[in-house]
Amino acid sequence: MPVLKVNGRTHDVQAAEDTPLLYVLRNDLAVNSPKYGCGLAQCGACTVLVDGQPVRSCVTAASAVAGRDITTLEGLSAGGKPSKLQQAFIDEQAMQCGYCVSGIIMRAQALLDQNPKPTDREVRLALDGNLCRCGAQNRMVRAVLRAAQEG
Amino acid sequence: MTIETTRRSLLAGSGALALGFSITGGSQAQQPAAPALPGDLKQHPKVSSWLRIEGDGRVRLLIGKVELGQGILTAVAQLCADELDIDIKRLDITSGDTQLVPDEGVTAGSFSMPNCGSAVRQVSAEARQILVSLAAAKLGADAASLTVADGTVKAPNGASVTYWALVAGRELEVESTGKAPIRPREARRYAGKHVPRLDIPAKVMGDQIFIQDLRPQGMVHGRVLRPPAYGAKLVKLEAAEVEKMPGVVKIVRNGDFVGVIAEQEVQALNAHARLQSIAQWDVPKTGETQDTVYDWMLKQPEKLIVIKDQPNKTVPADAQTIEAAYKRPYHMHASIGPSTAIGLLDAQGVTHVDTHSQSVFETGQAIAEMLGVDKAKVHCRHVQGSGCYGHNGADDVAADAALLAQAVPGKPVRIQWSRNDEHKWEPYGSAMLIKTKARVDAKGDILDWTLDLWSTSHGTRPGGKAGNLLAARMLEKPFALPTPINGGPPNYAADRNAIALYEFPGQTVSTHFLTNFAARASSTRGLGAYANVFSIESFMDELAARAKADPVEYRLRYLKDERARAVLQKTADMLGWAKYEKAPGRGRGIGFARYKGLATYCAVAIEVEVNRASGVVRVLRAVSAADAGEVVAPDGVKNQIEGGIVQSLSWTLKEAVRFDASGVKSSDWVSYPILTFSEVPPITVELIDKPGLPFLGAGEASQGPTGAALANAIADAVGARLRDVPFTPVRVKAALA
Repeated sequence: MPVLKVNGRTHDVQAAEDTPLLYVLRNDLAVNSPKYGCGLAQCGACTVLVDGQPVRSCVTAASAVAGRDITTLEGLSAGGKPSKLQQAFIDEQAMQCGYCVSGIIMRAQALLDQNPKPTDREVRLALDGNLCRCGAQNRMVRAVLRAAQEG
Repeated sequence: MTIETTRRSLLAGSGALALGFSITGGSQAQQPAAPALPGDLKQHPKVSSWLRIEGDGRVRLLIGKVELGQGILTAVAQLCADELDIDIKRLDITSGDTQLVPDEGVTAGSFSMPNCGSAVRQVSAEARQILVSLAAAKLGADAASLTVADGTVKAPNGASVTYWALVAGRELEVESTGKAPIRPREARRYAGKHVPRLDIPAKVMGDQIFIQDLRPQGMVHGRVLRPPAYGAKLVKLEAAEVEKMPGVVKIVRNGDFVGVIAEQEVQALNAHARLQSIAQWDVPKTGETQDTVYDWMLKQPEKLIVIKDQPNKTVPADAQTIEAAYKRPYHMHASIGPSTAIGLLDAQGVTHVDTHSQSVFETGQAIAEMLGVDKAKVHCRHVQGSGCYGHNGADDVAADAALLAQAVPGKPVRIQWSRNDEHKWEPYGSAMLIKTKARVDAKGDILDWTLDLWSTSHGTRPGGKAGNLLAARMLEKPFALPTPINGGPPNYAADRNAIALYEFPGQTVSTHFLTNFAARASSTRGLGAYANVFSIESFMDELAARAKADPVEYRLRYLKDERARAVLQKTADMLGWAKYEKAPGRGRGIGFARYKGLATYCAVAIEVEVNRASGVVRVLRAVSAADAGEVVAPDGVKNQIEGGIVQSLSWTLKEAVRFDASGVKSSDWVSYPILTFSEVPPITVELIDKPGLPFLGAGEASQGPTGAALANAIADAVGARLRDVPFTPVRVKAALA
């Protein structure tokens, strides 16, 4: 049984070793933000950070990330206050339905951690593996650039 | 489960006490004829159907339209708060709950602002008038002397009373008159101004707002077996071994419908995978493909509907005839989040369904028919899901969940479709074939215009009929798919926007409507408008080129509607049309339509760069001007126009559902790619606001113009005319050869 460290808290998880991290987070730990989109690592809706690196939780066994630092969207905010990046998504009204947004913010956070002042092009390339069907991509890019500006 | 809590808490304060409001002198009979009530207020004139003033300083707005990511909840909240004169933060909104809200039909067709928005604005004005008149009696002052600020009504002598003190918990059991005045523009705090969407903070914080995130007490997980192909029959399934798998609660089989219920989601997935691998299906040997479907269309029995019949009978015999044919393949809604529902059969025999359906009432009725129960025994509640862009898998998964729930009374059954289910089983936007013909004079001016379109149905929504639900067609006693009909004027369906807004000397438009299906199809954003506008606006450019005319000037020759002209001209100006300097491999194009001929006016102009060697089209930028009437949520409208442009670029550049007799081949994002971040161009949208004019729905305005602008830009760039969507590199190269 893996011990998972999610957003700074440690959880003993009663799930089979090969259970994808996505299902453990959503069902065992009641974490809302990582979304099931494809189960194939094609859309990025399930993206979370593991030791700061973006990971597709739908194809990552929970046991493979035991003991490592897992961060979800919920882990970015502090005391109910949105992080700079989250606030930038609010300020830019960067979505329509918002289903893909959690994965996109997590992927963008990984980018900003590694490259605090990315260009428009660098943001687009970093997010290229995250799909948005509503067509809010430009707003999301603006939000990431705004967060970088303010960061 | 949350359904019950919500219902109880909401009904608790409302009691049965009706207030005997009398706000006008004399009886209705002596009054002049009441003005027509706007939008859905006509069907639901009672104020209490829409509004409740709660005792705790909060106001509940009840609407039948639902949030799909288009921002409708925020827009109607803006209207409501302005007319009631309350802070928008006082509002709680209940939408799409069949036991609580007015039935406003389907949230589709860009009808939400015209029908729901206008109703909410008026009913809120009615409520304000009632509340002020109650306050006048209470304060012993003349109603006209009172002022309102955030729900507190004040008399000139300083005495005041709040809305909540006046009606706390009682219902506004009074009919709307249509006479309550709408507040003047300068008095509004919200409508027409930027108000951040109410649902966005929850979505960036990971709060529980999506249906996918609900976890009611005792919830179990279901999955349903879908056949490999359309029309396949289950011939053999030995499910006994699967019943013994860990966590499996039950295997449900009814005819060819098979579902599994398990304690945990992963257990349900494992059991489902096992069922999938051992089920044996009889798959029909014949069927069409994405390539043969256009010839198939021409051979089908058809219903011919001539929707415009004004040929120019004086065209000279020597006038030139120009013809073209355009093709649109099946397109997916392709929601990022596969469809999800939670069903629960309660002890009273009521089936509760949490759903992200656009048509909670009609879907509930269809589910009731499928279950063989009275429609009062099915309660649907809308909970937000992933963007749907039309009739996707939402209703079918709701039916799946309702069916499985019957097998485990008292237990909420959650089902989320797989990516494979959603891609292969959602009803697509129908493939279409459009043939255009123009007779032109020696200068290239149009003398007569003819358009013929072939299409299968764009409307197989549940509509209260079980046969429209996938699951119901698989049962031992199956429900048959109803014979589809094509929606008529003024909104049309397959032939939506098939009548050009241009005033040609003659115009004839015929719909060849097919009731057979080559692939499952239903309402997809814009219905036939995308393909029809793509064809009309491509053909206009082809004719302009023959006439050696500028495409904008050529359109203006035939476009008499001033609002249309303004939108077209503004869009051209935004691109820098008049001063455009052409670089090698680059070009610009424009497209225009008034959605449905009665909603938002929208033009889109695009600049592209075409790589002749690879056939790759790069969209450099897109601009758009739109006139959506009076604008309530400016950023919301811009978001819709912009999102529509991106989605249409994706449809037009990349998308086509691939299928053959063995089934749909587009089963994931690799086999059905969509536009990605690096392919989305810079987009600028500007609105032409028309305060005081009716709201015109804007959610489906930009897709048609975008497709045409793209084709026209490619033709301008490299001289190749692309008439078959999508414009893949292979097709672009073929057109260049």
